[in-house]
Amino acid sequence: MKYSTLLSSVFAIGLFAAAPSAQAFCGFYVAKAGTDLFNESSKVALVRDGDRTVITMANDYQGELTEFAMVIPVPTAITREQVHISDPALLKHLDAYTAPRLVEYFDSDPCARQMRMEMMSRSPMAEDVIVMTGSRQRAKSLGVTIEDEFTVGEYDIQLLSATQSDGLMTYLDENGYQVPSGAGRILGSYIKQNMKFFIAKVNLEEQAQTGSEYLRPIAVAFESPKFMLPIRLGTLNARGEQDLFVYALTREGQVETTNYRTQKIPTGQELPVYIKDEFPEFYKSMYKTAANREGGHGVFMEYAWDMGWCDPCAADPLSREELQELGVFWLGKSNQTPMPRGRRIMPQAQDVFVTRLHVRYDAKSFPEDLKFKTTGNKQNFQGRYVLRHAFEGEMTCEAAVDYKKQVNERRDKEVKTLANLTGWDRKDIWNDIEDAGVGVKFDVKDKDDRGSKWWNDLWKDE
Amino acid sequence: MTGVSSQTRKLSALFADPRNYQISVLSSLILLGLFHYSFHLPWWHVVGCIGATLTTQAFADRMIKRPFDPRSPLISALSLTLLLRTGSFTLSIAAGVIAVASKYLIRFQGKHIFNPANFGLVIMSLLFGAAWISPGQWGQATLFALLLLALGGVVTGKAKRWDVSLALLAFYASFVFGRALWLGDPLAIPVHQMQSGALLIFAFFMISDPKTTPNSRLGRVLFALIVAAVGFTIQFAVYNAAGIILALILCAPLVPLIDRFLPAGLYQWPTQLTLSISNRNGVSHEILDPAE
Repeated sequence: MKYSTLLSSVFAIGLFAAAPSAQAFCGFYVAKAGTDLFNESSKVALVRDGDRTVITMANDYQGELTEFAMVIPVPTAITREQVHISDPALLKHLDAYTAPRLVEYFDSDPCARQMRMEMMSRSPMAEDVIVMTGSRQRAKSLGVTIEDEFTVGEYDIQLLSATQSDGLMTYLDENGYQVPSGAGRILGSYIKQNMKFFIAKVNLEEQAQTGSEYLRPIAVAFESPKFMLPIRLGTLNARGEQDLFVYALTREGQVETTNYRTQKIPTGQELPVYIKDEFPEFYKSMYKTAANREGGHGVFMEYAWDMGWCDPCAADPLSREELQELGVFWLGKSNQTPMPRGRRIMPQAQDVFVTRLHVRYDAKSFPEDLKFKTTGNKQNFQGRYVLRHAFEGEMTCEAAVDYKKQVNERRDKEVKTLANLTGWDRKDIWNDIEDAGVGVKFDVKDKDDRGSKWWNDLWKDE
Repeated sequence: MTGVSSQTRKLSALFADPRNYQISVLSSLILLGLFHYSFHLPWWHVVGCIGATLTTQAFADRMIKRPFDPRSPLISALSLTLLLRTGSFTLSIAAGVIAVASKYLIRFQGKHIFNPANFGLVIMSLLFGAAWISPGQWGQATLFALLLLALGGVVTGKAKRWDVSLALLAFYASFVFGRALWLGDPLAIPVHQMQSGALLIFAFFMISDPKTTPNSRLGRVLFALIVAAVGFTIQFAVYNAAGIILALILCAPLVPLIDRFLPAGLYQWPTQLTLSISNRNGVSHEILDPAE
């Protein structure tokens, strides 16, 4: 509860990302995040080792609390002890730590032979809000077995099992759930697969005591060989495609989907420096373009890293305490040294490997629930985009001419890269550069033939 | 076998031993994976694995004084490269060695028991955390290319033992469609499940290995049924996505049993037709044959 003031709105995510701790290592941060980026998204942390799973579901429900309800199929029965109300700051921190990042480098004065200083910085990625499978509920029982019923934090929770979908539908219906049409068939399928139903609504009295108008994430611990996320019910509600962020924390390595192809988000490209102020917009367009190349949907890996460190850091790695709160249950067994504190993030084994998967899906392209697999792949990966600032001071030496030409070539290339990644028009990009007034090409006076020709500027958008 | 078809076989064998066809298809798939799907597959792993299988085969052939044919170990290496993922160069090499060595060490009545690539794949992924099978690494767009190549192989007769491939896919499809009907799921789900690239590669390029499938057609269909049933069970009751690949190694020891009850002649590679001596006893030809 003490964390509740940090709680989740999209804006809070932006604020968190801009907080001093997030930029500790990396000089200064670059971009202010567009907070409505991927604003239809859900966020789920999955901690998994062997059959043991802890799933934390964040929720940015902003409607009437009396109308909030969620139905989640779960593979096993769940009791009171297995449910925990989590700190919303945890998922925010996890988001900030794993977010695609913008780094920048500054060229040194070509006339002064100094050691090149590299400045790196980051951009807070704005993100994500959860929209769980929602419907409406009033607690009454009918025809369906209520295996357990309890209140945790601000939630009244019931665990239901059913023998047939009609009974369950009736129960949900009579209890005020607005079950979307088509849900009966899906519920029936889950029932036959021996899944239980975890349903939650807000307990207004308890909620008032939290002192927050927002809902905190629910964490559930269970043991099951099924390593999956049910997304089918969610596709019924949604208008078109949805975004889901999965943060998988394992001991062995990367997590990938087994029934859909997991691909890596494009990374490492150098971009025009004006992107500094447009990073969220850029990332959104780039993601969309990447997804469109796969038919508008896909599973993209945005980050995969040993939780012990980062380079560059978008935020400090999660502390041992935070990881434990998220349900990383194996930390207690090992004899770990404390987390690195402060600015310098040293590589340090934490025995936790995080994978961030960004899934864009709809009912048509993702007919089946997401199934995952932990692999032994400990290769680090990050979505990272680079800005290289040219030296802007006065340059009078011979070397400056060559330097300026190189910079101009580099800028042409950056614009092409940006156009390719985002699908933006090159003419528009050049216009934006002009408007922003940064990263404009140098006006180079040619002293020899190697310079630009008159036709170079004729169709410079090509 | 009629005289005409025998002639045709000899002719086609000159130009297209099924293994040549298989090598070219598998290589294309690897290139597709590397360049189109950006597999995490460093070239030296491929070279290491191919080198390991060739060396092991050459060494073993020398030991038992048998002519060396690089094609079978090459196929094993390519299959391993396609289906086994690892970050370790050593494990890539070890997979190749284990795969080929299994052909020489685990034998029964003149036939090796396990498909070498399947053996290497499963052993490595079970023993080492740093090696794993990625069933989801192929996109659905691959499906059409893969089906085209595979069916092309069936139609032109270049695919070996296509009956077992088609039987496996048919049985597996009937299981996943049956499951969907029972669950009341939309058919998009089993269709999606059948589009798994790993399943298709398995069906056309792994279980179809003539040397480790039953000799009679009926036996092969029966074998396909068993593998499909076991694979389906592992996939949907034990929740292991590599179910079908595990099923083959589990069911392979049944092949000698099936051969016993449904006997037929041993398979011969077409290009060895001219070299082989009578195989009436089912032994002599096999021993000269480079095993795959």
